[in-house]
Amino acid sequence: MKRLVGILLVLGTALLGTTWVYGQSTLEVCPTCSLTSLKTAIAQANPHDKILVNGGSYTEGTILVDKPLTLEGLNQPILDGEGKVEILTITASDVTVRGFTFQNAGISHTADQAALKTLEVENCLIENNTFLNNFFAIYLGKTKHCQVLHNTVKAHATSESFSGNAVHLWDCSEIVVKDNYLSGQRDGVYLEFVKDSLIENNISEANLRYGLHFMYSNNNIFRNNRFRANGAGVAVMYSKNIEMTQNHFEDNWGSAIYGLLLKEINDSRLYNNVFHDNSVGIYVDGANRTDISFNDFSHNGYALRILSSSMGVTIAHNNFYGNSFDVTTNANRSYNAFLENYWEAYQGYDLNHDGFGDVPYRPVRLFALTVENYPQTMILMRSPLEQFMDYAERILPIFTPKAIEDDRPLMRRVLW
Amino acid sequence: MILSHPQTTLEPRAKRRSALKSALKVMKYGFFDLLRSRWIIIYTLFFLAVTSGLLYFGGDANQAVLSTLNLVLLVVPLISLVLGLSYYYYTRDFVELILTQPIGRSSVFLGHFSGLALPLVAAFLLGSGLPFLLAGVRQGADWRVIASLMVAGTLVSLIFSALAFWIGLLNEERVKALGIALGVWLGMTMIYDGLLLLFSILMQAYPIERSLIILSLFNPIDLSRILVLLQLDTAALMGYTGAVFQRYFGSNLGILASLGSLLIWTGLPVYLGLRSFKRKNF
Repeated sequence: MKRLVGILLVLGTALLGTTWVYGQSTLEVCPTCSLTSLKTAIAQANPHDKILVNGGSYTEGTILVDKPLTLEGLNQPILDGEGKVEILTITASDVTVRGFTFQNAGISHTADQAALKTLEVENCLIENNTFLNNFFAIYLGKTKHCQVLHNTVKAHATSESFSGNAVHLWDCSEIVVKDNYLSGQRDGVYLEFVKDSLIENNISEANLRYGLHFMYSNNNIFRNNRFRANGAGVAVMYSKNIEMTQNHFEDNWGSAIYGLLLKEINDSRLYNNVFHDNSVGIYVDGANRTDISFNDFSHNGYALRILSSSMGVTIAHNNFYGNSFDVTTNANRSYNAFLENYWEAYQGYDLNHDGFGDVPYRPVRLFALTVENYPQTMILMRSPLEQFMDYAERILPIFTPKAIEDDRPLMRRVLW
Repeated sequence: MILSHPQTTLEPRAKRRSALKSALKVMKYGFFDLLRSRWIIIYTLFFLAVTSGLLYFGGDANQAVLSTLNLVLLVVPLISLVLGLSYYYYTRDFVELILTQPIGRSSVFLGHFSGLALPLVAAFLLGSGLPFLLAGVRQGADWRVIASLMVAGTLVSLIFSALAFWIGLLNEERVKALGIALGVWLGMTMIYDGLLLLFSILMQAYPIERSLIILSLFNPIDLSRILVLLQLDTAALMGYTGAVFQRYFGSNLGILASLGSLLIWTGLPVYLGLRSFKRKNF
């Protein structure tokens, strides 16, 4: 509830910020206008004026926006950093940037140079911009009440040290990042010390490192995003009260690459997500009191790897099908609950037709446990021996952890 | 009685051609004889029913491939061995009769063997290949996966029917031969893998990935499984171990080596069978 109020506050104030237009006048900048420089226009403008940039390409070094203004681009004017400098730095609150193409913000190893950077501001709106080939694209530092909507970020980064993040949030709160396309940067969305924010409807794909990466960021919502084919999948760490719903994690391939890595994530909820075609669907390394429910795990190498450092994780009403291994763990004990999931590999029966299998299901197979302890035995995968081992273990379970057991496995897929 | 072949005065090339002709003729008899036998029809229908059932009820083509792979690894060797042996004993009289004719022993053996192996391969390809062609592709199965499965099934059929012939040739007694065949089947499907498992557990402290790869070359069932596995379970094969296997078996060299090894596996029992056939005193 508190979070919802927070989000409403964000939306409300941001709306207020953009519509507050008393005594506004408009300055026009274009290659043939009297004003041909964005810098001059900003210098001449009064607070809350609107600067309309109509076409053209502007290479003016770093442009500083130090008063509340609306910068609007018509016909996609280009702001170029020539591979040297930061392009737009916003140090005033109530700034709107809309309709520009930012390109070639310079790479720097000493400063986080971005195409668009806000520092210690409130109420900004960044929408409908295109970011091409920048070091960092959108960088919000110590910013509050800001919206990043409908932007397209594309780059062709080849090395992590020569590339920044598409959307980089540092020490922010109440930010909305929505409907953006983020690709080819280091991380798609990066959050550090960010709270009460909403990341929604974004597509983050083919980034060098993570599609989404956050640390020390509590009380955030990630909804309906698509994370595809990123260098190392998605990693979320050291945060609590996170809500991840309706996201798609797809095509994240390779060793040490995960659909989703949960590292020290507490009191969080993951609902209605789809994990498809990843080498590991979710790698849970130390999650506590977290609810993983109504998700789809399909065609992953490992659907769920849950390490013994996790406690109180509830895995309920999920669908597991077409995975090479459904669940693996590294210990004999488990303090997590598996409830009423659909397991394609379940071979029990349902005599009373209540929709739940009458025999408990143990998703950790003996062979999976063997592979976990002796990785070389992977060469025996899908062999008759593997089936024999699993069958023997089903009849006489002695090796597989008793705690990881679904007492009421579903007979049919969960529809959600 | 050892048959002495009448000396022919044909040119070497014509001789070879006539040998091939005779082999084909012998094969033709075997082939049609076997096609008329109900076992091969049951075998085909069995595959047809199981594969279509898996595709129809499973809904997922890759899942059906996996289940069919299990059949290929367990049922195909067993049927090839048992059917091969019973065919061998059943046709002994016919072979002895043929040997009284002026035909070289190699032609008789090769014709006889292909007369068994080709229907078996055909039954497998028809029984499991047809449903995949009709339904699997539509359900989004990867053609590479299906192709590797077909190659694996074909080679396994060839290898184990050749082994059946060889075992039959070495043993006059049917029951003993059947016992040996079952032993070979169990050894290759289960016991060998069990030893590999034991080996990996005992040697866990050492980097034994390469040794495992080499050891797997000595078992055609393991080899054909790995061939399919590399197309199918790539996601699970990540991590260091998986990467080693993938790098080896996924590379052109690896594929060539595995296929080459499977071909040697096919050739060796055929050669050994041929040798005993030539030396055998019928």
